[in-house]
Amino acid sequence: MNDQVYFDEMLGTEGTVRRPYQPFNTWFEGEDPKHLRAKQREAEDLFRLTGITFNVYGRAEAEERLIPFDIIPRIISGREWQKLSRGIEQRVRAINAFLYDIYHGQEIVKAGRLPEQMITRNDAFLPEMIGTRPPGGVYTHIVGIDLVRTGPEEFYVLEDNARTPSGVSYMLENRETMLQMFPELFSRNRVQPVSTYPGDLYNSLAACAPEGLGRKPTVGLLTPGIFNSAYFEHSFLADEMGVELVEGHDLRVEDGRLCMRTTLGYKPIDVLYRRVDDDFLDPLTFNPDSTLGVPGIMDVYRAGNLTIANAPGTGIADDKAIYSYMPEIVEFYTGERPLLENVPTWRCSDKESLAYVLDNLKELVVKEVHGSGGYGMLIGPTATKKELAEFRKKLEARPGNYIAQPTLSLSTVPIFTKSGLAPRHVDLRPFVLVSPKGINITPGGLTRVALKKGSLVVNSSQGGGTKDTWVLED
Amino acid sequence: MLGKTANGLFWMYRALERAENTARLIETGQRIALTRMGASDEEWRSVLQTAGTLDGYIADHEKVTKDAAIDWLLRSRDNPSSVLCCVEQARMNARTVRTALTGEVWEAMNGTYMRVKEVLARKVSERDLPQVLGMIRQRTGLVRGATHGTMLRNDIYDFARIGTFLERADNTARIIDVKYYVLLPSVTAVGTSIDNVQWETILRSVSGQGGYRMEYGASSEPRDIAQFLILNRRMPRSLSFCAHKLRDNLGFLGSDYGERAPSFAKIDHIDRAYLSLDIDAVFDYGLHEFIQKMLLLLGDLGRQIEVDYRFYE
Repeated sequence: MNDQVYFDEMLGTEGTVRRPYQPFNTWFEGEDPKHLRAKQREAEDLFRLTGITFNVYGRAEAEERLIPFDIIPRIISGREWQKLSRGIEQRVRAINAFLYDIYHGQEIVKAGRLPEQMITRNDAFLPEMIGTRPPGGVYTHIVGIDLVRTGPEEFYVLEDNARTPSGVSYMLENRETMLQMFPELFSRNRVQPVSTYPGDLYNSLAACAPEGLGRKPTVGLLTPGIFNSAYFEHSFLADEMGVELVEGHDLRVEDGRLCMRTTLGYKPIDVLYRRVDDDFLDPLTFNPDSTLGVPGIMDVYRAGNLTIANAPGTGIADDKAIYSYMPEIVEFYTGERPLLENVPTWRCSDKESLAYVLDNLKELVVKEVHGSGGYGMLIGPTATKKELAEFRKKLEARPGNYIAQPTLSLSTVPIFTKSGLAPRHVDLRPFVLVSPKGINITPGGLTRVALKKGSLVVNSSQGGGTKDTWVLED
Repeated sequence: MLGKTANGLFWMYRALERAENTARLIETGQRIALTRMGASDEEWRSVLQTAGTLDGYIADHEKVTKDAAIDWLLRSRDNPSSVLCCVEQARMNARTVRTALTGEVWEAMNGTYMRVKEVLARKVSERDLPQVLGMIRQRTGLVRGATHGTMLRNDIYDFARIGTFLERADNTARIIDVKYYVLLPSVTAVGTSIDNVQWETILRSVSGQGGYRMEYGASSEPRDIAQFLILNRRMPRSLSFCAHKLRDNLGFLGSDYGERAPSFAKIDHIDRAYLSLDIDAVFDYGLHEFIQKMLLLLGDLGRQIEVDYRFYE
């Protein structure tokens, strides 16, 4: 695409192996590529047998596919991680305070730091949540913060995932696979464990249970079902936490509580980790055609007899238009400068911004405000003339539907190819747990990698793969 | 445990057992076809009937031929009882109840599915048939072995076993139902070559030739075969054996849950009233009528279990 120099996390910009990668590099140089190729195939077989697959929507036969896994780990030093995790914690704290405020006093609007229409005209804002305090005061129990890196010390937040972030099962299974295939690598490197996540998740959810239960809370995980693209993850997490994996038709409201149909009759659930969108949660309150949710669940929730994680209405915080206000949001609620950078963002609803975006379309990335999964976006530098023209029309027709950002020089990490190591662009999604007891960030996260040379799109639905992500003990 | 999970376990193991039994029926049919002169396509008709899928087959084909019958039983998508459909169903249920299974059981099940799907993607040639059938038996055995070796003996295990033995009892009853007439005491001289073929078919369909010899000696007697398949308490595919296992597991559920469900009374009745007899009483009742009655009672038991443990609403 161009001759730009990217920061490579293994080789820097100068081509000398950076410190966190040195023990790995020594190991790698002593390995026979043939042996490693065999390991790569072995990894794929392992994933298939374990059933770590995702379902592809819109195909005649519900097809199960593997997300490609690359055997070269992405390595982050303990010092780098500490810095990152402080920034993540600050951001997540601000997001929760923001959500409380939005559904209560709306002080940030009154202070003139956020235009009112950003909330009132936003589909992700749920009037049903106004004045409702979620048990434990927590809105986003589970958050995934998407980060990109452009240099040794430069990290940007690309996106906040405050609804139902997915991918954590890959973080865990990628590590299991690496441990099984390359045990010797873990003797040479002190890698911080990720395997505590399911236990932490359970404890964090249980700590958010409605107050005054007087017994151990019952946690359930709500899945849309076996054909959902993330079903594997849902069953994996339920299994690892030792909780029931429920679907809408297993549940009903009885005596003001959410109950699940067991072999012994209906039993109450206190905390519901739902992997179903707001809109489908309660046909009586939201989408009346939904069969994925439970009629009346919102009444139980508002009465304080149930914890829903994440709380309904948290989507307002990860909206791409709200994203552009995140620096203000962090400052407003924490009183501190944001530790993590936001990517400069043009809101196309603004006339001057729109004009700038239209003039510079070829240099920018344009995204739909409510889009996800890498769909419906334009990457200016790699787009064809025809694509640019089409997008220009879309922008002019519905400017409020889009934001634009500069194309960042995303860092690269090597992947293993037929001809040896080759640099590919990556992002990182660390997973964050929030409870009244505090904020817990698992050291590592999900590294997604664009497997195509030069590509900046890391989404698994568009040819992205994953890597094990190591945070070293320094 | 969720009612849905109990349902999923029950059907996972039922489908798995059915896949294995169908493979065994094909194996038997093929063996008879190869070793006996005069064995005809009639034999395949009775195999289809035993597999409970003759009507479906006839709706789809003009006549019964060996090739078409084998393909129908092994891999037809139009036959919900084909080995391929059963293994897919078992695996689909396993995905639904994955949180209830050990990793080893899941991997054995998923590995079975992957292998079966690969091998049955194309028509199986006669030359490959023995290996394919052997693979199916081994793979389903692997899932059962992993279940036996790694699962806690709790309600999860009980529902798995109940599915297995209800399907197995049903299968053995259908084998007898289709061939009951060759087990009747006959006025003509027994031991004709036709009868021998039929008896061998029956024993092979339940992998029972060796066990039969141990219990009754080398010569086949229809009365002994009937006794072996219906009342023998050591034969793992006999009606009595299956009923005992069902009674055990429904009993364990009862003590686990603190109350015995109506399904326990039903299996207890089946066992006491029908499977604690001696074989003469069965013949007096009428072998055909007896088996028809058993099929009815087993169907009724299955429905009762669904209700007792809230499989559906």
